[in-house]
Amino acid sequence: MERRELLKLIATATGTALFAGNVLAYTDVPAVPLSDTLFNEKDVALLNEMGEVIIPQTDTPGAKAANVGATMAVLVTDCYTPLLQKTFLDGIKKISSLSQSRFNKQFVQLTKQEREALFNDLDVEAKAANLANGVYQGVETGKPSQWEPGTDEPTPHYFTLLKQLTLYCFFTSQVGATKVLRYVAIPGRYDGAFPYKKGDKAWAT
Amino acid sequence: MASNEYDAIVIGSGISGGWAAKELTEKGLKVLMLERGQNIEHIKDYKNAHKEDWDFPHRDLPTQAMKVDYPVLKRDYPLNEKTYGMWANEKENPYTEDKRFDWYRGYHVGGRSLLWGRQSYRLNKEDFEANAKEGIAVDWPIRYEDLAPWYDYVEKFAGISGNRDGLDVLPDGVYQPPMPMNIVEESVAARVKKAYEGARHMVHGRTSNMTQSKPEEGRVHCQYRNKCWLGCPFGGYFSTQASTLPAAVKTGNLTLRPFSIVKEILFDKDKKRATGVEIIDAETNETYVFKSKIIFVNASALNSAWVLMNSATDVWDGGLGSSSGELGHNVMDHHFRVGASADVEGFDDKYTYGRRPSGFYVPRFRNWGSDKRDYLRGFGYQGGASRSGWRKDIAELGIGAGLKDAITEPGPWTIGMTAFGEILPYHENKVYLNKKVTDKWGLPVLAMDVEIKENELKMRKDMQQDAIEMFEAAGLKNVQGWDADYAPGMGIHEMGTARMGRDPKSSVLNAHNQVWDAPNVFVTDGAAMTSASCVNPSLTYMALTARAADFAVEELKRGNL
Repeated sequence: MERRELLKLIATATGTALFAGNVLAYTDVPAVPLSDTLFNEKDVALLNEMGEVIIPQTDTPGAKAANVGATMAVLVTDCYTPLLQKTFLDGIKKISSLSQSRFNKQFVQLTKQEREALFNDLDVEAKAANLANGVYQGVETGKPSQWEPGTDEPTPHYFTLLKQLTLYCFFTSQVGATKVLRYVAIPGRYDGAFPYKKGDKAWAT
Repeated sequence: MASNEYDAIVIGSGISGGWAAKELTEKGLKVLMLERGQNIEHIKDYKNAHKEDWDFPHRDLPTQAMKVDYPVLKRDYPLNEKTYGMWANEKENPYTEDKRFDWYRGYHVGGRSLLWGRQSYRLNKEDFEANAKEGIAVDWPIRYEDLAPWYDYVEKFAGISGNRDGLDVLPDGVYQPPMPMNIVEESVAARVKKAYEGARHMVHGRTSNMTQSKPEEGRVHCQYRNKCWLGCPFGGYFSTQASTLPAAVKTGNLTLRPFSIVKEILFDKDKKRATGVEIIDAETNETYVFKSKIIFVNASALNSAWVLMNSATDVWDGGLGSSSGELGHNVMDHHFRVGASADVEGFDDKYTYGRRPSGFYVPRFRNWGSDKRDYLRGFGYQGGASRSGWRKDIAELGIGAGLKDAITEPGPWTIGMTAFGEILPYHENKVYLNKKVTDKWGLPVLAMDVEIKENELKMRKDMQQDAIEMFEAAGLKNVQGWDADYAPGMGIHEMGTARMGRDPKSSVLNAHNQVWDAPNVFVTDGAAMTSASCVNPSLTYMALTARAADFAVEELKRGNL
């Protein structure tokens, strides 16, 4: 049954129009404007460029197309602890200074090859640092909200924070979930032996 | 009849309160259902039900500000953006912890029926007899046979999907077809059956997510979205809103009053009967009195105890039902967060379609039949098999196109299961009124003094080890046990604070859920449980409520109340 038919059936059966009403159940968390974050438009553009190196456009869209920078700005501002915020912001500055010292250019002026070389090195450095500091395995696909103020849980390397944010913001975006992964809003049924061939994409959730 | 007089008052609108309202109104009683929180209208108020991750500014993550507002909720998974506002405000509704107790409360119409796990199992015969056989606490005043027809009755109406497996340990009910196992679960179930020669079973989960529509009730079968906690616009699972409330409303006999905090049950000490309730309007802070012939207390186990403890204190210091010395005592939950996971080889050409909001179940096998352990009772497992999505371990992956390709393909099959264990009813595990701390309305709050003991700690070892052993016996690879620790309350299965029994000296309620000291007061939520079993308890509250409501109306007719 199609979604539209189902909704019609329900509306008919209950005599209730969908999406009317305005009470405080299931809180509607409003969008967070960029002005309420620690970042400006230039920062968001830079974060998008950095995200694109981690998840580039291939035959499907990349991080920039999903505007991961805008979501990163919100998550870092609202979901991060002050310590994590500092680690992340210092890290972005560090990347800028590395691109100056290594290539004598600003990050956005780097070629694709230069960006990849820089981030490949940082990824190796970050993995080693995390291992040495006892950061849990799997942190790269973990949730950016899990750190608590005042706990002694080790802080990941700043590049890991950037990578984790990129992955989280990308795969929870509409572009990432529907154009890169697969997503069906209302499956309607369960098939526990659904055919799969190598190359088919994973479900978004 | 004056506007503040009713035949029955139901305190609470969650799973059991909804059933009380349905049964009593359908039997012709004028019923007032009181709910301390806001109204939530079916479908209309499920504002997030059709939203996707990307529609949420924080992509469902809790913010640091949310963590400050919800210091208890943040201890575990329920604090997130999608259901934010659906859990009781912790600043307005504090409680105190002599020992850590994680209390997850749904203060709104429907209560936790909108936020429950939906797994629906019957207690078995042994569950009702174990206390007596083992000399634990007190005997249940009823047996499986007393409740069986009422299980039939509530299962049919609520819409439970499940398989009839023919096992004594997990009695079969009236079911819609089960939600399917996937190909890996079927395979592992077959291997477990072979390895244990039928002594252990992996069966379909039994859940209140429907596999067949109920058009006569305006309910459509589960659409496999797995967004149950956002409110189901299809009415695909049992909730007060989808199921019992429409039935009660249809009779024309129901008055629902949200924002009504019951302060106390009013008690006539000469007639030994409750006469009504006094409430505080949560919005205006004004006090109202409502009168009724009978009262059903369905405020959830701990709050039902609170209402009783705060009532008739001029007669009993400890409140209505405290003459036994058991009111507020014998707090139980299910201890869990322990189990195992494993990799399953093969099946690379198979995947799943649809997001099934259920899984498989392994019924209790410890201390069952000839099995004897160095602890009492047992546990069951809930689990599932799946292929990982993008949130997989990518330690070996770097950045760029290679990462993108690898991370966007499903990973290999894994299987996991979590044990849910029975907690014994210990008298010293209690909640009591802490009059030094008050809530937003000046009412005393609950203090929690609950812990698990040696029996549960011994059981936890088996809960992990048996999961490992079963997966190894099934030939699975990379088997990993885990124990993420448990604090009382985390199971969100609070029980026992006004237990049923055979003797007014050692129990709060009789065999029909009547308060011994006030027979026109019925308590039919988790508070009534004499023991916990290891199965998810809500279905039993439904059956107890329907049974008690039937009895109450008969007694009213006979002039006994």
